[in-house]
Order: sequence, then structure tokens, then C-alpha cells
Amino acid sequence: MTAPATLTHTLAARDLRVDTVAGHPVLKGVSYEIAPGEVLALVGESGSGKTTAGLAALGHFRRGLVHTGGAISLQSGAADPVSVLDVGDRERRQLRGSTVAYIPQDPAASLNPALRIGKQIGEVLETHGYGASDAERSARIAEVLAEVGLPDDESYRRRYPHELSGGQQQRVGIAMAFACRPSVVVLDEPTTGLDVTTQTLVLRTVAALTTEHDTAALYITHDLAVVATIAHRVAVLRNGEVVEYGSADEVLRSPSHAYTRELVTAVPHLDGTGATDTSGSVTSPTSASPTSASASGASASDGPASAGARGDRGRRPVLSVSGLSVSYGDHHVLRDVSLDVRAGECVMLLGESGSGKTTLSQCVAGLGEPHAGTVSLAGAPLAASTQQRTAEQLRSVQYVFQSPYSSLNPRKTIAQSVELPLRTLTDLDAAARRARVTETLERVRLDPALAERLPDELSGGQRQRAAIARGLVTTPDVLLCDEVTSALDVSVQATIIDLLCELRRELGTAMLFVTHNIALARHVADRIAVLRGGEVIESGTVDEVLDFPSHEYTRELLANTPRM
Amino acid sequence: MTATTTQPTLLRRALSLPQAKIGLTLTTVVVAVAVLGPWVGPWLTGHDTTGFAGKPFQSGGIAGTDGLGRDVLTRFLAGGLTLLVYAVLATALGLVLGALLGMLAGYSGGWLDSLIMRGSDVLLSFPQLVFALLAIAMIGPEGWLLVLVIGITHAPRVARVARQSTVAVKDADFIRAARMYAMPRRRILLREVLPNITGPLMVELGLRLTYSIGYVASLSFLGLGIQPPTADWGLMINENRIALVVEPWGVLLPVLAIAVLTVGTNLITDSLASAAAGTSKSGEPHPAKEASA
Amino acid sequence: MFRLILRRLAISVAVLWLVTLLVFVATLLLPGDPARAILGQQATPERIAALNDQLGLDAPVWQRYLDWLGGVFTGDLGTSAASQGPVTELLGGRIGASLVLLVGAAVISTAGGLALGTWSALRRGRAVDHTVSGLSLVVAALPEFVIGVALIVVLSTTVLPLFPSVTLAPPGEPVWSQPIQLVLPILTLTLVVTPYITRMMRATMSEVLDSGYVEMARLKGLPERVVITRHAVPHAIGPVAQVIAIQLAWLAGGVVVVEFLFRYPGIGQALIDAVNNRDVEVVQAITLLIAGVYIVVNLIADIVGIMTNPKLRAEVAR
Repeated sequence: MTAPATLTHTLAARDLRVDTVAGHPVLKGVSYEIAPGEVLALVGESGSGKTTAGLAALGHFRRGLVHTGGAISLQSGAADPVSVLDVGDRERRQLRGSTVAYIPQDPAASLNPALRIGKQIGEVLETHGYGASDAERSARIAEVLAEVGLPDDESYRRRYPHELSGGQQQRVGIAMAFACRPSVVVLDEPTTGLDVTTQTLVLRTVAALTTEHDTAALYITHDLAVVATIAHRVAVLRNGEVVEYGSADEVLRSPSHAYTRELVTAVPHLDGTGATDTSGSVTSPTSASPTSASASGASASDGPASAGARGDRGRRPVLSVSGLSVSYGDHHVLRDVSLDVRAGECVMLLGESGSGKTTLSQCVAGLGEPHAGTVSLAGAPLAASTQQRTAEQLRSVQYVFQSPYSSLNPRKTIAQSVELPLRTLTDLDAAARRARVTETLERVRLDPALAERLPDELSGGQRQRAAIARGLVTTPDVLLCDEVTSALDVSVQATIIDLLCELRRELGTAMLFVTHNIALARHVADRIAVLRGGEVIESGTVDEVLDFPSHEYTRELLANTPRM
Repeated sequence: MTATTTQPTLLRRALSLPQAKIGLTLTTVVVAVAVLGPWVGPWLTGHDTTGFAGKPFQSGGIAGTDGLGRDVLTRFLAGGLTLLVYAVLATALGLVLGALLGMLAGYSGGWLDSLIMRGSDVLLSFPQLVFALLAIAMIGPEGWLLVLVIGITHAPRVARVARQSTVAVKDADFIRAARMYAMPRRRILLREVLPNITGPLMVELGLRLTYSIGYVASLSFLGLGIQPPTADWGLMINENRIALVVEPWGVLLPVLAIAVLTVGTNLITDSLASAAAGTSKSGEPHPAKEASA
Repeated sequence: MFRLILRRLAISVAVLWLVTLLVFVATLLLPGDPARAILGQQATPERIAALNDQLGLDAPVWQRYLDWLGGVFTGDLGTSAASQGPVTELLGGRIGASLVLLVGAAVISTAGGLALGTWSALRRGRAVDHTVSGLSLVVAALPEFVIGVALIVVLSTTVLPLFPSVTLAPPGEPVWSQPIQLVLPILTLTLVVTPYITRMMRATMSEVLDSGYVEMARLKGLPERVVITRHAVPHAIGPVAQVIAIQLAWLAGGVVVVEFLFRYPGIGQALIDAVNNRDVEVVQAITLLIAGVYIVVNLIADIVGIMTNPKLRAEVAR
């Protein structure tokens, strides 16, 4: 995409400075300009100050933050530019929602649960005197709902937010922002938490609306793949400073700042490149020819990440799920799911929210509800509940949870948490346990000095390493990784993926890698099982599934996954 | 072992707040008076608590005499200890009972949860003081009964908080991990759950202590708690209030002592609540107060 | 929603039934021979037998319970051992007198607490907020009688002799014939509960004001008045209603101490007298009455909570 040629700037921030009340700088002089019809992506990880920079465009600072310097100028059409931060309350209120609008990250929290959606869109129009009559405004509500691809009938407008899906809620938020035809929209990670298919739909809607109405957009995100699909220009924000600023092409293809390079290389690609913080690609991603992979059928030895094949062990299933069904009342969460994980291999269980992937992994772990079908470990069936499993079975199947913020007891030191499974599941004495803990912490590249710390004193990446150490300390045969990267920042995700790949090479532990992100497939997995609506709709080697997807849904997923 | 690593941080965070320092000072002063008073009093004034020091309601000594001519200051100094002991015992009973029941209900769920919580609802249908009066009407104003009945009526209130906090952590991944490591339920409750709900329980401790002091003093004031001729602050207020205008000390001293004590403990409670909520701002809500009364 | 309300109603009825059971079982705790305990050691065997007969103490426990429960339903609460008159007659006039205190304090403290709490929340972090929070923290700690005595000292004795410290109306005359005597009791009860309502309202409003939808309403450019009345306050009502209910129900307990302090002729005073006289049936009647009020007020609050929750309300609308 190229930026439309224009000389005027609809929105411009100059040397914007914001501090906390306590005096810590949040933004240290941020500048950017956006032309009409242009999309500027403001990219940053958590804590970079990107939301603060976005809200400042509306003259809004959250509680605890103070504006200490710089200006924001807003020019709408032929009118004189307005200095958003210098005008009075009343004037600023008139700008908000009419000239500059905001689309929030979490639509579920930002729509008033007690008001009908039609009313919530209508009150923007009313406040800003859009349209001469109720009928005119009502027509505009219908029009803008249609523009974002929602039904425009009366009964839909009378719905409450909780009667809508997440994607629909977000589109209501977009409709609300575009209702008064603003000159500028600020989008704060509007697709976080949405499925890739819905994300594509939302991104297309935003792109269409901005182009059609010549709206300038400030798109706040942490996801560089999304940036590549929507933005004309990019500003990379780190610790309150813009470290790189340029056209999307320049920034993504030839980043000049080290941090940007780190971010760019950390993005996982469907073809298996990226997602690493060190030496570029893992192995040559396209070398394994699809024909040889499919020819070997169920054998997984040709997958790129399984380099250093494990010979005979590759054929024996260590974990086997067959005919697994779970239902709550009439609702079937899993229907007749079968899945094998062979010794030493990594199987990716791919599914979007609601696919049943979490239920499946919990059944394997013994934390789930009663189910039909069997889960067996090296041929021996496992009981449904952990209470009926033997210590040896519990030791053999370990689980790494999604969020390292809740998987470690905040009142125990890292060493205590890692030692726990050894205490309860093995006969090792205290000294042997301590030695094993130290050894495992080294193995996950965690500084031994952190062993006596509480989880609160560690970063997200360090905590996840500790959680992986707890999973590996009993030398399990199978490690379940449940969305282990999705709670982490992009650059940290890459290091965790790298770590898991290295651990597999070193230890040969089999893994069931549960995720919603198909882009990780070539980085971690030998085989993929695609789960949708509680059923495995497709499975095979990574190359088979990625190169020759047989199911419509898989094709749709691949098509909608943003690429850089 | 798990508790020792973190308890100091919560306490230390709480005690660094200004309201905690004021509260601690106020509480210490009154507790010192109550604990040392019974021994210091006779030595200081030369009178004992029951002996006659002068005519009724006379301005002799430092604080004058009461309606039976006993020295007010001596009785004041002796009158806080019983109140304090009863309040502490009732609080301990209510806290332990409530925390155990609440954790059990919250962690187990199902019929046990329903049974415990419906049982609580019945007790919660009585104002605490009214329930105490019902029991006293039947058995009489015995000391053990005061402790028992105030402790028991605290329990469902503490249990609600403990249950709520337990439910909030019981599905945390680290608890599920513990279940995967074959930890028995009792150990999960004591090792994994309890250390993570000490914050709200400490707040409950402070809150219930404040209320216990109020209830014991109120019952004595009503003449249905600690009985004459024992010197007691609540009782003294009742005994001396007819002469409030003539000889105000007999009322003012104990009223002040109770007020300073309860305000002190409540300030400490507030600082604990702020620390547990992770905020250092005074005036943040008590997570527990909504369930009080 | 209606199913939810019906369920809640059923729970209240069940709890009320258990409360009657508990109030009845309490009488079994009377030590030794209840009649002797009531009449004292000097009572003649004839009088004890007569009392046993009158109280139906010879019948089996379950039958005594059913008889008593039947009486409660038909408005026969038994006979006062002290006055020898029916309990209903004893309580009749006093209920009205207590209600005057309760309703007066409830109205003032609810209005005051909501206003103070909202005001404080809107000025978070400023001097006003700190003052309100600090004062409410101090006053909330004080037992009822301490507040009452303090008010008497300040407003009724030598400092500012404005209001009477005791009830002046002679027995039989309605308490509201001399409104000035109501001032201190109502003020005491108001001061007891206002801090809690204030703190809760402040906390809830703070939370709501920090919510995404209030921020969104401001970012839509809505006037502050609309933001507060349409987007903030409706969400604070549900949770605060519950606390108000608990506090108002608490007044039913606090009224006992306040009536005793001001020698006010209400049911609280009657309860203290009855406890002192071991007037069992009066104690039973009053505790049951107060528990009933407590349950009904909480029930109403929960129903308000259900009605103001759009997710629950919408279930029938759909």
C-alpha cells in the first residue's frame, strides 16, 4: 500500500510528553503526523505508552497521568487547525466523537451493558447535532450499521451488547466511531481477542471506511503482521519514545533500529521463517518437499522441527486419544476426537476460541469433566481424574499453562514451585530434588539467582521459563503446552518458542502444542490436528496441512492469517 | 514456611501507611491502659475497685467518685482488661471457625457449599446484638456465653469473605497444577489456598476485632454483659450516666477509651485493606465491609 | 428473571422457617426447669405447675413448636410473663415508635450517604475526598452508644443544651407528639450507618467511573451530566442497594441500644426489659420480628439487584 499523495495533515502530535502523577515519564516526546485517508500504525509492546499516545489525540489522559508538554493539532477539512490539548472542556467535548473518534480495545467493557446498541450509537449523533430529526438520525444509525456489515433492522438495534458476539460488539464500536463521519479515528488494538477470520473482516471494514471517507487513522497495535496488512506508515514506540518512523514498507522490510529488527524477526511466519531472536530461520523451511512428507503418511520424521530424527521411537504413540467426547447438557464440546502423539514428536492442536482445544488438553491432563472415550499413555488407559491416576502416570504427563501470571503460586518461590511435582510424584530426597531443580532451571536458561525469588519479581518470559521448568523437572514423556505464548509480548514469545524447540532437541520429550496461531506451525510442530466445533476436521504433517489443506476451514484460516 | 515469606510484606506495606501509624499508636495506648491499669490503679490512687473512696458523685481524687462512692479513676484503670480479653477471644473464635467453613465451602462447592452457606444465611438473619440477646435471655449474662455467641455470629460473616476469596483462587492454574501433582485436598487448602487469602482474612481479623469490642461494650452497657460489681468500661457508662452533668468523668473516661480503641483498630484494618488491595491510598474500599454488619 | 426472583423468594421463606426453628430451639436452652427459672427459687409448686400448663411445657417439643408457630401465623404471640398481658398488645404501640426511628434514620442516611459517596468519588484524591473518607472511617468504628453519649454530651448538656437526652413523652402518648425528642435518637442511628453507605457508594462509583463504558461515553463527547446520570449512576445502584439493605437491617439491631440509651419506648427497650425479666415469649416475638424485617429488607435489595442487571432483565425481554 502506498500513502495517498497529500500535503495536509489531519492529525499531528508534536513532542508529546506525559508523566505519571508520581513523576515517571510515560511519553518522552512523541511526534507523528497523519494525512487524510492515511493509516499510521503505532506499534509497541505492553508498557510502551501506545494507548496513552492514542488517547491524547482526543485530549484524554487516564487517571494518574498528566500532560507535561507538546501539542496535538487537528485539522478537519478546510477549517483552521485546532490545538486539542489547549482548547476548553466544552470545545474538546465537541471534537470528541464528531471530529476525532475512538475505537477501544475491549468492546465488551466499553459498551454500556445497560443500554441498547442503537441508543448508544444514537447518543453520539444527538450530542453532536448530527441530522435534523430523529428520523434522520435513525436512518444514519441504520446506514452506519450496514457499513460495518451488521444487520440494520430495528430489532437488531434494540439488542443489548451482551446479546452480540465479540466480533459484532467490535463492529458496533466501529459504527459508533464512524457515525458522525469523523476526520480522525484512533483504533486501540481493535482486533485483540478476535479470531483471525473476524479480525480480517474488521480490518477490511476499517480499511474500506477510512479510504471511502478520507479518514485519517491512528492504528495502535503490537502485531506487526496486522501492520503489514493495513498501515501506510509506522511509528515504533518503545518506553515512551518513537524509535523508528517511516513507511510501512521501509520499517518492515529494512528496519534501521535494533529494537524494530528484533520485533520484525520475532514475528512467526507461515513458511517457518522468523519467530526467533537469534540466527534467522531454524532450518531451511521449504526443503522438506511436500511430496516426500505426504508419501511417508503418518510418519512425522520429515517435519523441519524434528530435524535429528528419532528413528524407531517415532512410530510408537506415547499419548493416544481415541473417541473422546465431552458434552455439557445438549452442548457438545468434543465429538469423537482421536489423536496420537508419538514419542519425541510435537503435534500442534490448532483451534480458535470455542473449538474445544482447552477441554481436550484438560481431559488429557486429568483436570476435565467426565468424558466418553479413552486417553491412554503408552498403551495404558488413564483415569479421567488426576485423583485416580498413579504417581507414575502423573509424572509422565506434564502441563504448561497459558498464563505464567496465574500458573505459579504467588506466595511460593520459584524453586519451591518447581520442586513441588518432585515432592509429590517422586521418591527423591531433599538433596536430589534440589540438584534436579537447579539442573532444570539451568536447562530452561533461567538465572539460578532467581530461584529464591517470588513470581512477582520476575518478568513474564522468566515466569514462563519457570513454568516450563516445573513441567520438565519430572522428565515427563509428554508435555502439554496450552497456548504458552499467547499471554506474552511478541519478542518474548519468540524466545519461548526457541526454548521449546531446543528442549525437544536436547530431551526428545513429546509435546502436544495447543494454539490458535497457525503461523507457529512450521516453527514447532511435526504434525497438525485442526480442531473446529469439537471435531478434528483435518490432520496430517505440517507440510500436508499447510501446503495442501483439504478442509475449507483450514484454507480460510490460512487465507486470513496476516502475512508480512 | 509459605506464609513467612510474604506475611511480612503485607504487614510491612500496611504499617508503612500513615493511618496504620496513627491507628497503632491509639490502639497501643488504650491496650496499655487496659492491661497495666488493674495493677497500676490501686498503687496510683490508693483505692481498690470496690472500696469506698468518698461520698457518691463527689469530685475527690482525680476523677471523682461514682454513685456508690467508689473511686472512678481506679475503676476506669481496671475496667478495660475483661472487655479486651472477651473481644480477642470472640474474634479468634469467629475468625478460625469462619475461615475454615468458608474455605471448605468455597473449595468443595456442591452440597457442602450449599449447606454451609444456607446455614450462614439463617445466622445472618439476626443482627448480631439481637442474637446475643436471645441467647443471654435463655442462659444468662455469662462471660463464656458472650465470647461464644459473638464468635459464632462473626463466623458466617467471615465465612462469606473466606469463601469468596477461595472461589477466586481455586480455579487458578497453580491450584490446578497442584491437583495434577496429586496433592491432597487438606494440603492444597493449607499450602496453596490459605497463603493466598491471608489479605482478606487479615482485614476480617481487624474488622471483627473492632466489632467485638463494640458488642462486648454494648452488652455491658445494656447491663447484660459483664456484671457488677466488676469494674468495666461499658458498665461504668451505664452506672454513671445519670450524673453526667455533675460528675462527667465516670462516663467520659470509658467512652473516650472505647472510642480511641475502636478507631485505632479500624484505622489498622483500613491500612491492611489498602495494602491487601495493592493500593497505598487511604479511603479505598474495604473489600470486606460490604459484607459487614 | 421471574424464575430468579421466585427462587430468591423461596430461599427467603426457607430461611425464615429455619429462623423460627432457631428462635424456638433457643428456649430449650433455658437451664433446668424453665418455669422455675422464670418464677425464681421461691415459687410455689402450684405456681410452677400453672405456668407449665400455661406455656404448654408438658407437651412434647415438636408439638410445642407447632403450637407456637401456629400462634405466630395467627397473630397470637403468647403471653408476657412480666405483664401477664398478650405479647401483641405489649408490642402494638412500640412497633410504631421504633418504626419512626428506623424510617427517619433510613431516609436521612441513605440520601446523605449516596450524596456524600458520589461527591467523594467525583473528587477522588482531592481534599474533600480525603476528609469524607477519613471521617467515615472514624465514625464507622464507633459503637452506637459511644456516638449517642457523645451527642448527649455535646448537644444536650452544658455545651449546647439544644435537645432532650431522654424521651419526655409520658407512657401512652405517641412519641411524635414531641418531635424534639426524636432528634438525638435518629441522629445517632443516622451517624451509625451513613459512613458505610458513603464508603460503599464511593467505592462503587469509583469503580464505575473507571470502567471502559464511562471512558467511552466521555470519548464520545457526551456532556459530563449525561455521562454521570446515564452511564455511571445506573450501574452503581444494584451493588449499593444490597449494602443499604444490610445497613438498614442493621438499624433494626442498633435501635435496641439507642432506645435503651434514650429511654425510648420502642421494641428495643421492650427487648432489654424482657431479657432482664426472662420474659421468654416476648424475647421470642421481638427477635423473630427483627429477623423478619432483616430477611424482607435483604430480599427487596436482591430483587432490586436482579432488576437493575440488564443481563438478567433481558432474559424475559428476549
